[in-house]
Amino acid sequence: MIKLNVNGRVHEVDVEPEMPLLWVLRDHLNLHGTKYGCGISLCGACTVHLDGEPVRSCGLPVAAAAGKKIVTIEGISAHGMHRVQKAWIEHEVPQCGYCQTGMIMAAVSLLERRPRPTDADIDGAMTNLCRCGTYARVRKAIHAAAGVAEPATKS
Amino acid sequence: MTTRAQLLKSPQRRDFLKASAAAGGGFMLEFSFPFVARAAAGRSATEVNAWIVIHPDDRVVIRIARSEMGQGTYTALAQLVAEELDCDWAEVSAEFASPNENVRRDRVWGSMSTGGSQGVRSSQDYVRKAGAAAREMLIAAAAAQWKVRASECSADKGVITHGPTQRKLRYGQVAAQAAKFRPPADVALRDAKDWKIAGRPLHRLDTPDKVLGKPVFAADVALPGMLHASIAQSPVFGGKVKSVDASEAQAMRGVKKIVRAEDFVAVVADSWWRANRALGKVKIDWDVGAYGEASDATIAAMLREGLADPKIAEARKAGDVAAAFSSVEKIVEAEYASQYLAHATMEPQACTAWVKPDGFVEVWTSTQDGMASLFAAAQTAGVPLERAEVHKTMLGGGFGRRGAPQDFVRQGVTIAMAMRGTPVKMMWSREEDMQHDFYRPASLVKMRAGLDAQGKLVAFEAKIACPSILEVLMPGAARNGIDFTAVRTLSDMPYEIPNQKIEYAMRNGHVPVGFWRAPGQQNGVYRECFLDELAQSARWDPLDFRLAMLQPGDKNRLVLEAAAKAAGWGTPPTAGVGRGLAVVEGFGSYAAGVAEVSVSADGGLKVHRYVVAIDSGYVVNPDTCAAQAESNTVYGLGALTQSCTVRNGRIEQSNFHDFRLPLIGDMPKVELVLVPTGDFWGGHGEPGILPFQAAVLNAVCALTGKRIRSLPLKKEDLRFA
Repeated sequence: MIKLNVNGRVHEVDVEPEMPLLWVLRDHLNLHGTKYGCGISLCGACTVHLDGEPVRSCGLPVAAAAGKKIVTIEGISAHGMHRVQKAWIEHEVPQCGYCQTGMIMAAVSLLERRPRPTDADIDGAMTNLCRCGTYARVRKAIHAAAGVAEPATKS
Repeated sequence: MTTRAQLLKSPQRRDFLKASAAAGGGFMLEFSFPFVARAAAGRSATEVNAWIVIHPDDRVVIRIARSEMGQGTYTALAQLVAEELDCDWAEVSAEFASPNENVRRDRVWGSMSTGGSQGVRSSQDYVRKAGAAAREMLIAAAAAQWKVRASECSADKGVITHGPTQRKLRYGQVAAQAAKFRPPADVALRDAKDWKIAGRPLHRLDTPDKVLGKPVFAADVALPGMLHASIAQSPVFGGKVKSVDASEAQAMRGVKKIVRAEDFVAVVADSWWRANRALGKVKIDWDVGAYGEASDATIAAMLREGLADPKIAEARKAGDVAAAFSSVEKIVEAEYASQYLAHATMEPQACTAWVKPDGFVEVWTSTQDGMASLFAAAQTAGVPLERAEVHKTMLGGGFGRRGAPQDFVRQGVTIAMAMRGTPVKMMWSREEDMQHDFYRPASLVKMRAGLDAQGKLVAFEAKIACPSILEVLMPGAARNGIDFTAVRTLSDMPYEIPNQKIEYAMRNGHVPVGFWRAPGQQNGVYRECFLDELAQSARWDPLDFRLAMLQPGDKNRLVLEAAAKAAGWGTPPTAGVGRGLAVVEGFGSYAAGVAEVSVSADGGLKVHRYVVAIDSGYVVNPDTCAAQAESNTVYGLGALTQSCTVRNGRIEQSNFHDFRLPLIGDMPKVELVLVPTGDFWGGHGEPGILPFQAAVLNAVCALTGKRIRSLPLKKEDLRFA
């Protein structure tokens, strides 16, 4: 049994230690907001926070996440919609939406590290792939979220 | 906001579960579906007509027959219905119409096909009429209750008012009665200038759920007792399974079954990761058939042979080309070529299928055509259409991949039949998705043009060698050897050229080809780049050269002028920046683009700006149109560098490391100029990409003098900066 702290709740899962965290979240904990896109830690659709850091969960063995705080898209909005999500709605960022939860997790993390990110910061941090081409709006929404006066909420 | 746990407790959720249990569905979903309102409709809400359900508390649910893959049709169609219904937009939500019900109700929702930028333009008339008819029925019901003439009543924002007495009734109060009225035989539709809900940049209906991770894509379907499957298809297209050794896989944790079909092997397990891992341990011997040696070189040779075919088919002929060429001042010739491309939807192909003990087949999938999925499911299972249901989920991208080919549904149902009684979710790995697509065709085109002494284009010839999409997806649909998707944009040029001959050599090869965002768009690249070559040869400005061949009033001319004006054509660009333009009509609309690029000393291409002017006749949601222009830009940008190459009969690329998508920093500034002229309905899902690549390549040439005639760019020592 592996103990996982996901979105503030502790789960015990009976899985192989090498099973990537993504599949534990999706197929064992029924948290489907975190997506599979490539399986090689590249596209970022599977981004979650591990002790506050953004990670590609498709390449992270679940054993490496045990004992750490895991936050998924479902957890980021547990206490009211996050300002990043509000900015995403205001700027109508998503198209198909499949990659957007990963994008939002990456953006939330960026804003925690860089409350006023420059375009270069955004280029560096937002390495997620989007086939619909929402990039310009992702950038706009991140700047908009950064402009909100309230401090970043800890996820 | 709503967590899954809260969602489970929400009233809508409870209604849904009760309703679905009452309906004998017997399944419990572990998430919310967009079918909530329909399930509840049987209890308290009223179906005023097939498209519109109204709740007693005035909530309006609009049914959407087309699919939502990001393009915004879900919202745009709801806007059109709501516009005529005169309801309160704040009360509107949408849900997908059921393919099974569409069969049982005599195709009441018409086509469910979502491709070719058709969603709005081919259904706007009947969905608006449905809204207007429902409004008339609601007014009639209120008038009957008041015992007054309907003509004395009006409706606005979901409230009916009796003019003389100012009495009011809400839609929710009269919907049940209204549904009993006969629909009006004919209804007048509102003029676009009077629109209040349509034509405005309203927020999309699907966005709030999408930022919360709540929508269910096919990959997210979860049913009680459901198992997971991963599949392997022949690495060489057309290959068959010869033998399978699954002894090691069978013993692996969670593995339930190895399903062997004629052309694939699937592992069914209790999680997808376990299924996929075990699949890697299955030893499959493939009979790869006749194409095990096919390569880029054999495909290039096949296309080249097509150009020399003495029996090449004629797609268009005007005037006397041979005579014209004999008297022209100058002849210019060029050959253009492009590569196979994958759709690479972010959500890989996925299908959940459940063959019930009584043989009823239920399918959940990301489909661009719910009816095509229903046909595929019923046919595979050998049941009548009435004995199958397809639940349309949100699509994690479509771009043409999930419409005509329903391979994923056939596979999903085949696997479920081997697991009768148990729902199985099949999902492809990214590698499987990249290597088993229906690719944008590679093509080779030779063009020849004759200019007179004034530099006017008087003779034009094109020979096109290209695989036929129709031959793969709709055999028999190509008439007289012509596939319109392979010749368009060259066979139907708006330019006044007195002598033209356009010919087509269908050369199919073994790589399956399919509708890929704006099918035939590569012809626009060739044509518009070649026109720049001609303008240069005749020493004309590229804009003037085109305008001289377009009649006043031609909408190609209108968008070209609009794009040129918005981009500042004629003013010098910033130092180190090149500018290029192109105009291509298609998918019901007219599109012209101006691109600004720079190229570094080591071949790094940067597209800074893309101005695109589109005339789609009408505009239903300008913000969604802008999003589509951005989307088309990024899709087109990728197509400049991406490539699917063939070696030993198989596609070499396997994932996003070797089929690269543009990143956020690659995205140019996109400016959409909407110039709707009315009186026709054009699309927005594809037109934006039509002039993009030609505008970029023309800009590269304007800046560097380098004329790119073959894609991808790496062949020309260019890459993204």
